[in-house]
Amino acid sequence: MPLDNNAGDGEFNKRLIAEVLEAYPDKSRKRRQKHLDVSRGVPEPEEGVSPADDAALSECNVKSNIKSIPGVMTIRGCAYAGSKGVVWGPIKDMVHISHGPVGCGHYSWSQRRNYYTGTTGVDTFVTMQVTSDFQERDIVFGGDKKLEKLIDEIGGLFPLAKGITIQSECPIGLIGDDIEAVARKKHKETGKTIVPVRCEGFRGVSQSLGHHIANDTVRDWVFDKKDHDGFETTPYDVNVIGDYNIGGDAWASRILLEEIGLRVVGNWSGDATLAELEHAPKAKLNLIHCYRSMNYICRHMEEKYNIPWMEYNFFGPSQIATSLRAIAARFDATIQENAERAIEKYKPFVDAVLARFKPRLEGKRVMLYVGGLRPRHVVNAYVDLGMEIAGTGYEFAHNDDYQRTGHYVKGGTLIYDDVTGYELEKFIEGIRPDLVGSGIKEKYSTQKMGVPFRQMHSWDYSGPYHGYDGFAIFARDMDLAINNPVWGLFKAPWKKSA
Amino acid sequence: MPQSAEKILDHAPLFRTPEYQEMLARKRQMECMPPAAEVEKTDAWTKSWEYREKNFAREALTINPAKACQPLGAVFVAAGFERTLSFVHGSQGCVAYYRSHLSRHFKEPCAAVSSSMTEDAAVFGGLQNMIDGLSNAYTLYSPKMIAVSTTCMAEVIGDDLQAFISTSRDKGSVPADFDVPYAHTPAFVGSHTTGYDNMLKGILEHFWKKRERTPGTGLNVIGGFDGYAVGNNRELKRILDLFGAEYTLLSDVSDQFDTPSDGEYRMYDGGTTIEATKDALHASATLSLQEWCTHKTLDYAKAQGQQVASLHYPLGVGGTDDLLQAIAELTGKEIPAELEKERGRLVDALADSQAYLHGKTYAIFGDPDFVYGMARFVLETGGEPRHCLATNGNATWEAQMQALFASTPFGAGCKAWGGKDLWHLRSLLATEPVDLLVGSSYGKYLERDCGVPLIRLSFPIFDRHHHHRFPVWGYQGGLRVLVTVLDKIFDKLDNDAVGIGEDISFDLTR
Repeated sequence: MPLDNNAGDGEFNKRLIAEVLEAYPDKSRKRRQKHLDVSRGVPEPEEGVSPADDAALSECNVKSNIKSIPGVMTIRGCAYAGSKGVVWGPIKDMVHISHGPVGCGHYSWSQRRNYYTGTTGVDTFVTMQVTSDFQERDIVFGGDKKLEKLIDEIGGLFPLAKGITIQSECPIGLIGDDIEAVARKKHKETGKTIVPVRCEGFRGVSQSLGHHIANDTVRDWVFDKKDHDGFETTPYDVNVIGDYNIGGDAWASRILLEEIGLRVVGNWSGDATLAELEHAPKAKLNLIHCYRSMNYICRHMEEKYNIPWMEYNFFGPSQIATSLRAIAARFDATIQENAERAIEKYKPFVDAVLARFKPRLEGKRVMLYVGGLRPRHVVNAYVDLGMEIAGTGYEFAHNDDYQRTGHYVKGGTLIYDDVTGYELEKFIEGIRPDLVGSGIKEKYSTQKMGVPFRQMHSWDYSGPYHGYDGFAIFARDMDLAINNPVWGLFKAPWKKSA
Repeated sequence: MPQSAEKILDHAPLFRTPEYQEMLARKRQMECMPPAAEVEKTDAWTKSWEYREKNFAREALTINPAKACQPLGAVFVAAGFERTLSFVHGSQGCVAYYRSHLSRHFKEPCAAVSSSMTEDAAVFGGLQNMIDGLSNAYTLYSPKMIAVSTTCMAEVIGDDLQAFISTSRDKGSVPADFDVPYAHTPAFVGSHTTGYDNMLKGILEHFWKKRERTPGTGLNVIGGFDGYAVGNNRELKRILDLFGAEYTLLSDVSDQFDTPSDGEYRMYDGGTTIEATKDALHASATLSLQEWCTHKTLDYAKAQGQQVASLHYPLGVGGTDDLLQAIAELTGKEIPAELEKERGRLVDALADSQAYLHGKTYAIFGDPDFVYGMARFVLETGGEPRHCLATNGNATWEAQMQALFASTPFGAGCKAWGGKDLWHLRSLLATEPVDLLVGSSYGKYLERDCGVPLIRLSFPIFDRHHHHRFPVWGYQGGLRVLVTVLDKIFDKLDNDAVGIGEDISFDLTR
């Protein structure tokens, strides 16, 4: 049977990988080759047999979640970035201390675009850089006393803060500070939630361990610490887990969930309050958007509180409809009818968006290199617009992410794990896609090559991209990136064409 | 629904639609946030004198500091040398941060590699990471020089760069004669300006230490850590060329952080050549444009027998006068007539606009030299730089600032705040308001909270594009700063007039 699930030129991509690997010293080549591959298509079902909803299109077998090689320009970050930057940082009514030297908090200050409502510096604190600004004496004598004192000072200056997290930077774990003891002591004194997080940047191999550590601290330092018996529940209570409200994503999702009759108890962690974390075990179902960064706490809630979880995807109309139906299927007929009604209601809007943008984007090829869920989750939003995915890869995925990727990409797609600056540049040069979606570090080098680019971590300061409202913005952004006249100006008219 | 295919609403208008406002109101019921009245009351209290005193009594807590850590400065200064790749020894997340930070400001790629040390390296040391890392970086990215600096992880465990690099060389990671200068750049000492100094000194030491100096006539010029280096360095070179000076700009990022879009990604572009860096040992003098970025480097140059001099970010009339006089003195060249004419043009512009500038009050924050240079310019315009704040400034810097204030009646009510952060500045602005705020993009939170218009200068500028492509140094740069300040003042006049609702004060000519 022919493998119809083939997108790009698999053979070409294999040659490209081989060429790129040539550049490495032997030892590094051997290590890197395990992270680069071409997805293998799986046979399409026989004619007349409709494929199962969860049928995979391909297999993506690369090694992942392994240490980066020194000196190759990995794009990855660290555990601190995963905890403070991703999971904890957006919790808006807590003060998050970047505990250690000044840099980590400085570079991550206000960069994730976790939108929130509130009065910053008074009842919310997300876009502030709060740090213990370690000096040499703190390294030598330890920082626990300083930490105690600054927790007191936070109490004095920010009385409306609901709690504090201590986000450890590299030195904390190396100098043997006991931040847990400080947290316990200060909790006893103040009665407020104080969470010590061991997310030193040298732990693990990427941001990923920081997500996991942050999840564990929610379990250990937040859950079951207060009495929430007064919290009134409904049969339609859900949590949204792993939506960081980048550019307002979580709001564009919440509005849909409410429309089909569900009530969102907690949104983790974009625009979240500490109460939303605490109340989460009261919900009936956990909806995970970013599986990579928050599956851990969902598994815990499943074990401890019997809350089932499911993944969903609100990028692009086809996935939104599939997800709405799948979510509704967990509830009664009313919710299911509401979901069908919502899908029907938005259909003319979706058609209008597609009518406007699809003709401008059809057939365009995209390469992605992003973080947790987007290298697969956004694929169908592009496909809805008639675009193709030529290559995709993750900064910090695990094996289960690549397994899931096979449900989104066709055979022949170039797959790269923890790609290096060198590899990505050569892959882009070789494939010459119409669009690259990656991060700020990749943006300008790609654009210099004449290849349109969108930042797919920060939505390039746009968004939301979730939900129906977000899809229109997504489509418009991809169009403006690709079809801007600037790409035609690169070559001076007096230069002969190549 | 609020969104439509014809008129696509971006986030700001989208979330202001009734549908979203109602949704957010429903969400608030789940949030358990404090009641609005309490928030309002607390907000007002945070802007009181009582709060200011509490805020200034802080001993351990730092909030919104206007400083970064050493390796950022090291990566910045190394980028100003020909085909030089920064290699930062330690945790890899740090390097991702420096690259992102510089890219967000310059809107340019920024290459740097890490030795990607993890837990095992924390236990056993990062030697193997250095050996493998140098080999990979050298092979993949074909640099002419690799500049090694450190993250705080490597510093805490005490990795010895000199020994590690030497071992790596022995193991064949890089050729025996390949240039690998280094500097220890602990994040828990000083700030990005310290890292600039340490790395620059490390590079000069690498090239100078085994060479004999033959005193010549050239001039070395160092710009210091500067977000406007692209425009400023080009202006500086124009000025030096007008002098006909024989000079070397030590670390010049003006091409590296301003590469063209023509289809080719240039990982390296421009920069001080390695030959020129070697020969810079023979220069008669080294002139630093930012004293606080170059203490160690200048000491080192002085120890080699060079004359040294330093300025404080040559901005405005007096700042540029000092620059030109320093160049004249150190090179023995006459100040070009053309520059004197430019001076006259800047003074002319100041005279034309003085009515709008006189008596305006300012808060200025940033690196010590920038704050000094900007405050000096404000004083020249008849303005009063009331609150001058440098998180990475110290008592000596405060004394320099006080001497500046004391030199003119306009400095009477002005005060310098070294070691303070932007949360301190918030209290200052709330209790003793000023007309204008000058600083980086981080000032936008102060603009919002305290209602003081922000003039974006210095580093980083994330939320406005391309400012750094134009100089603020020299008389030409002074003109540009002047126009920026005036535009803000005139815009405010117009906006305030519109607020009145009549055709009052909405003047066509000013």
